[in-house]
Amino acid sequence: MAMTATQRARVSLNVQAGIFIVAVAALILATDWETIGASVFNFGKIGPMFPDIFLVGLTNTLVYTFLGFIVGLSGGLLLALMKLSSFPLYRWIATGYIEFFRGIPALLVFIAFGYGVPLAFGVSWNVTVVVMVSLGMVAAAYIAETLRAGLQAVPKGQLEAARSLGMPQWRAMVTIIIPQAFKIVLPPLTNEVILLTKDSSLIYVLGLTASQYELTKFGRDGISSLGAGLTPLLVAGALYLVITIPLSLLARKFESRSARTKR
Amino acid sequence: MNDVVNSSPKAAHVQAAGVSLTGLRKSYGSNEVLKGINLDVAPGEVVCLIGPSGSGKSTLLRCVNLLEQPNEGTVHVGGFEATHPDVDIDRMRRKVGMVFQQFNLFPHLNALQNCTVAQTKVLKRSQAEADKVAQANLDRVGLGHLADRYPDQLSGGQQQRVAIARALSMDPELMLFDEPTSALDPETVGDVLSVMRNLAKEGMTMLVVTHEMGFAREVADRVVFMDGGVVVEEGSAEQVISAPTQDRTKEFLRRVLDPTHIDLS
Ligand SMILES: Nc1ncnc2c1ncn2[C@@H]1O[C@H](COP(=O)(O)OP(=O)(O)O)[C@@H](O)[C@H]1O
Ligand SMILES: [Mg+2]
Repeated sequence: MAMTATQRARVSLNVQAGIFIVAVAALILATDWETIGASVFNFGKIGPMFPDIFLVGLTNTLVYTFLGFIVGLSGGLLLALMKLSSFPLYRWIATGYIEFFRGIPALLVFIAFGYGVPLAFGVSWNVTVVVMVSLGMVAAAYIAETLRAGLQAVPKGQLEAARSLGMPQWRAMVTIIIPQAFKIVLPPLTNEVILLTKDSSLIYVLGLTASQYELTKFGRDGISSLGAGLTPLLVAGALYLVITIPLSLLARKFESRSARTKR
Repeated sequence: MNDVVNSSPKAAHVQAAGVSLTGLRKSYGSNEVLKGINLDVAPGEVVCLIGPSGSGKSTLLRCVNLLEQPNEGTVHVGGFEATHPDVDIDRMRRKVGMVFQQFNLFPHLNALQNCTVAQTKVLKRSQAEADKVAQANLDRVGLGHLADRYPDQLSGGQQQRVAIARALSMDPELMLFDEPTSALDPETVGDVLSVMRNLAKEGMTMLVVTHEMGFAREVADRVVFMDGGVVVEEGSAEQVISAPTQDRTKEFLRRVLDPTHIDLS
């Protein structure tokens, strides 16, 4: 019996759906729900996490991310402009920086600024500064590449028009090119913030006092103190999503808006 | 190059408006695009530059306000020796308005802001004064009522007229036009040309690259025909367009004036 292409496609879809349902059912049957319930969904014992998981954990995650982003954005803009400079030394420095910080794990940067630098220079930085610098310097490398692409996406004629009106190079960049580039990079930049939000958890390698805990550290602390298994981490994870999903939606909105109009 | 180095720094501020190009050469790699151009545009004069695609017209125009750096020769413009090593390029460019084939309006600014941004940032005019000048120039190009429109809300011809108003808002002594109507729908070409015609009547010094032979004939004090990076022929519009003496000019005009010929340049 011959089938048309649409019929074949429908049958294939049904088969895939069937396999999926069987697999999920098998998983549910094979699961030891009692153990899982006690170790992951043990919501009865997590009362003491509140309200500090909001007041301390969530707040610190937001603060650390924001500070890292500000440093990353300023540094990234500087690096992007250096990378586009006609002066080779600037380009080499920027390229070296970007490749280095994109090439090593962010965790190493946290360790370096948390322990290495204070040891080497005999200074003691407070945690906020370490997060700001570590997160910011890693973010700068990624943001630089995003901004460079955005700056290059502004048509060449824009710079020429600005320069032909007598604007010096820096003025043309500040007033004409960068505002347009920012609109182009708004969606990818929002994605950088999502990555930063998650990377702020790397601060766990530093010795923190309770008031400095961010979401992940707060959750880990709950694991050892509450006897609710991994449940505190589940709560922390949910709060990350509370931050990142709206950002994701925002990025999508920026994307569709810039597709509609250049303004 | 030597005469540039030897001239005194004072030479950068010689008082003489208009344009004077001498021995201008420009290469991109091994491709020599301008092969020793001499060209003068007197104050108040309108010169139309014509020639086939790739002959170096845009490059010539861009050398006048130093968007391209010539390899050799001198450019005097609006009292500046633009090619002098000590010249203040930004100060020189304020005197030279440029209109591009692709308009190059700033898409994030509305028509009025397009005309004020350089006034306030470069000429340091107050916002109120800049607004007044901008509005007057938008009125002048017939678009005063669209001052708050953004470029993407304007037709090609309207955008080009805003671009002209933007350049005029800097009170230039010289206007450069690089094929200002080539990217336009035929029905909007006329509006742009009539703005340029009025500008010429008001005595603006203009150097215009164009394929609009009707415009050249009517408005140009002088027509210059370029081919292969050299000036092949120049003279009054009557001489060059109606009675060319050089074969290359005749060949070019035969192609652009033939209505059945489709020029893809
Ligand atoms: N930035 C550039 N780099 C390399 N070659 C160029 C550049 N600009 C123009 N050219 C070359 O110079 C020649 C003249 O170009 P152009 O001045 O634009 O001619 P026209 O305006 O008369 O059409 C062309 O062969 C073009 O390919
Ligand atoms: Mg051209």
